[in-house]
Amino acid sequence: MADGIKDKVAIIGMGCTRFGERWDCSAEDLMVEAFVECLADAGIEKKEIQAAYLGTHFDEVNVGKAALSLAITLKLPFLPVTRVDNYCATATEAFRAAAYSVAAGAYDIVLALGVEKLKDTGYGGLPGGAGRGVKAFMEQANMTAPGMFAQLATAYSAKWGLPMDKIKDAIAHVSMKSHANGSLNPRAHLRNVVTEEQIKKAPMIAYPLGLYDCCGVSDGSAAAIVTTPEIARSLKPNQSIVKVKALQIACSSGEEEMYTDWDGAHFATTRIAASRAYAEAGVKNPREELSMTEVHDCFSITEMVTMEDLHISPKGGAYEDIMGGFYDLKGQVPCQIDGGLKCFGHPIGASGLRMIYAVYEQLLDRVPEERKVSNPRLGLTHNLGGYPWKNVAAISIIGRD
Amino acid sequence: MVGIVRHGGYVPRYRLDRRKIYGAMGWMDPSTGANARGEKAVANFDEDSVTMGVAAGLDCLLGMDRSKIDGLYFASTSMPYKERLNAGILTAALGMRDDVRSADFSGGLKAGTTALVAALESVQSGGARNVMVSAADCRLGRPASAEEMIFGDAAAAFVLGAEEVIAEYKGSYSITYDFGDHYRGEFAKFDRKWEDRWIRDLGYEKFVPLAVNGLLSKYGLKTSDFTTVIYDCHYPAARAKLNKILGIASDNVQVNFQEEIGQSGAAQSLVMLSAALESAKPGDKLLVVSFGSGCDALFFEVTEQINMKNACCGISGCLANRTELDSYEKYLVWRDILPADLGMRSEEDLWTRWSALWRSRREVLGLWGSRCTKCSTPQFPAQRVCTNPGCGAVDQYEDYLFSDKKGRIMSYTGDMLAASYNPPAIYGAVAFEGGGKYYFDFTDCKLEDLGTGMPVSLSFRRKYFDKRRGISGYFWKAVPVKEVK
Repeated sequence: MADGIKDKVAIIGMGCTRFGERWDCSAEDLMVEAFVECLADAGIEKKEIQAAYLGTHFDEVNVGKAALSLAITLKLPFLPVTRVDNYCATATEAFRAAAYSVAAGAYDIVLALGVEKLKDTGYGGLPGGAGRGVKAFMEQANMTAPGMFAQLATAYSAKWGLPMDKIKDAIAHVSMKSHANGSLNPRAHLRNVVTEEQIKKAPMIAYPLGLYDCCGVSDGSAAAIVTTPEIARSLKPNQSIVKVKALQIACSSGEEEMYTDWDGAHFATTRIAASRAYAEAGVKNPREELSMTEVHDCFSITEMVTMEDLHISPKGGAYEDIMGGFYDLKGQVPCQIDGGLKCFGHPIGASGLRMIYAVYEQLLDRVPEERKVSNPRLGLTHNLGGYPWKNVAAISIIGRD
Repeated sequence: MVGIVRHGGYVPRYRLDRRKIYGAMGWMDPSTGANARGEKAVANFDEDSVTMGVAAGLDCLLGMDRSKIDGLYFASTSMPYKERLNAGILTAALGMRDDVRSADFSGGLKAGTTALVAALESVQSGGARNVMVSAADCRLGRPASAEEMIFGDAAAAFVLGAEEVIAEYKGSYSITYDFGDHYRGEFAKFDRKWEDRWIRDLGYEKFVPLAVNGLLSKYGLKTSDFTTVIYDCHYPAARAKLNKILGIASDNVQVNFQEEIGQSGAAQSLVMLSAALESAKPGDKLLVVSFGSGCDALFFEVTEQINMKNACCGISGCLANRTELDSYEKYLVWRDILPADLGMRSEEDLWTRWSALWRSRREVLGLWGSRCTKCSTPQFPAQRVCTNPGCGAVDQYEDYLFSDKKGRIMSYTGDMLAASYNPPAIYGAVAFEGGGKYYFDFTDCKLEDLGTGMPVSLSFRRKYFDKRRGISGYFWKAVPVKEVK
């Protein structure tokens, strides 16, 4: 009988580039940057890595298909290297594959690396719909990511009777908080502090989401090296070991998209993946037990809704928690401690690993005082790919002993 | 008895005040000021003659079993495809059977009435029980030309059959002339014409009486026998003169909607006929005369069946559903006369995969989905494995049509990032009455007017325009319906 991933895998090294408009860097440059930091952190030699997983999504504007770009860039000597893609949840998938490879006993030391070079498109926002299949433009609404997620707001307003101006207040607070956190982080893409008034006055991108409700479209890479807890302790006898407590993915089954019962105001996948992750990690009360979260705030409204779907805020009650500062850096469960997708940036194939990196550096007390979470024990990352009505929700919980 | 069984009409929602056109372009030719009265109906950026033909067809079919239609004739001089049967797109969109006969009638502006005669004679011959004729046109006058003001976009559709006839077909008379009053060559986007005085004095004032007198002598009638005379002529002075020549009182002449719609090409006389039928009474005799490369004159007598309520929205309903187009420049962009920059997102290759479209033709063109025969859940697109989480039946489904269902808005947005001829791109989730849900583009609406819970109906629209290959692709969009409270 399977008993889950808890405590079977440890993270011994991580790396994360500065995210942003890295006009001077190719995807390959970014891979090398993240890998060099990751390998140094792990304190091992490259030849000790036995397998690798590459996460990228927009192959049209990035490194193309297959995993050869990673193998060749890093000169991995004929290793088993696999490319994974699951929309914006890609990097968590790469991490999950690496962790499962170790937990299965197939390999001792495995690399997961995510990279995305988005700033070669020539325009703002994500690239167009080439990856959605040949029929998509024939019958799919003329939508972009902000408009897909903006609909959470109109549906949420209808579901809970929360007026749009109150939703705007809450999501402005969400973005204000992420900008405040991002401003403290030298690797974040957007480091400016903005007020809620500025946020609410910004140009409309997709009603009711304005410019500051949308995350940064960035270049970047992040990496992790995982192994067994035993090997980790032998390699790092003098530091805390960060272990994987849960890894859960839930994919839409078409129910939200086609069956009329789904209200459009929540993520069915996130609710299920979160419940499974808490069960796997042995978390009884996430609101009390989690030290921090990094959630998929591609848009401010996504974060607001997600805090309910993670069973931290009561359903319909995110407004009060957000406005009450519950998720602020000095709040009870800080969220987006590194700036989040909003300000740290969102290079699709790297984001899930960047989230894990943010929790990892907190768990190992590696961050300066000004952005430190007090007594961090257990952190959750939530990585979401797709549309509100059909998506991949990927959750990891990691903790230190 | 053979004749008109049903009729329907379509006028696009947007109307452009002709003074706006004159304000923008009148400096080039001040004489066009004579035409700067009233408004012209303007197809939305996602409409063309095919979509308008479908809209009129759907209006015509309201309350009728579409499986009883045996043929469809589409008439237009502005068909989007030279090769690929335009009528075939209409039969697919209208959810007709596969074993129907269909044809495109084009060329002269009398194509609409010629299609009517052909359909009526198909029914008379016993070759078909019911044939639909849909006529639509979306002609372009060059900026600063009189035609830019005179032309308007509209459509009308009729079902011709032998049962439940509302207007009996009594006969027709046709003349054909190679008369080059208006013409467009193979690659022309805009209309060209010869001198107005020649068109008016030799064309309208000679041909219309020739056609009328031909019909009158053929059937032993006189113009005073007709309750309503419907004829196509957009010159106001020529209309006054023709009324005199034909000996008809102005009360007996059907208005041509020049001030409300504009000259609608091959659809013009059919639009007028549909409007005339809206107020016709049993026993009324109608004379319809088209104009363009000759004339067709048709004679109908209204039956008692006219009193049966016609469910259609009709020309009058469409005229009432109007929104003023706020700028002339928007019209230029919508018709691709002004090559505006839609941003780099618009440059993606929209390459129609014809074999994929063929497989999905009922889904894409007809908006057919499925309904589970085990749990009765409607779903779009059709699913082999039932989407109801409590069911999951495999391959137990039947065809289910969504295009005629009403829906309600569950969520929506207006997207400034998406490439659009009419930003913001408005779209959202629509839940259908009776079940089923899909994320549609919304059209003919403003973001400010929308709300969750608002009712919508479905409209067949141009989904994309592939500039590289010069073709349009079609799908359905949601049109918010103003609720009358």
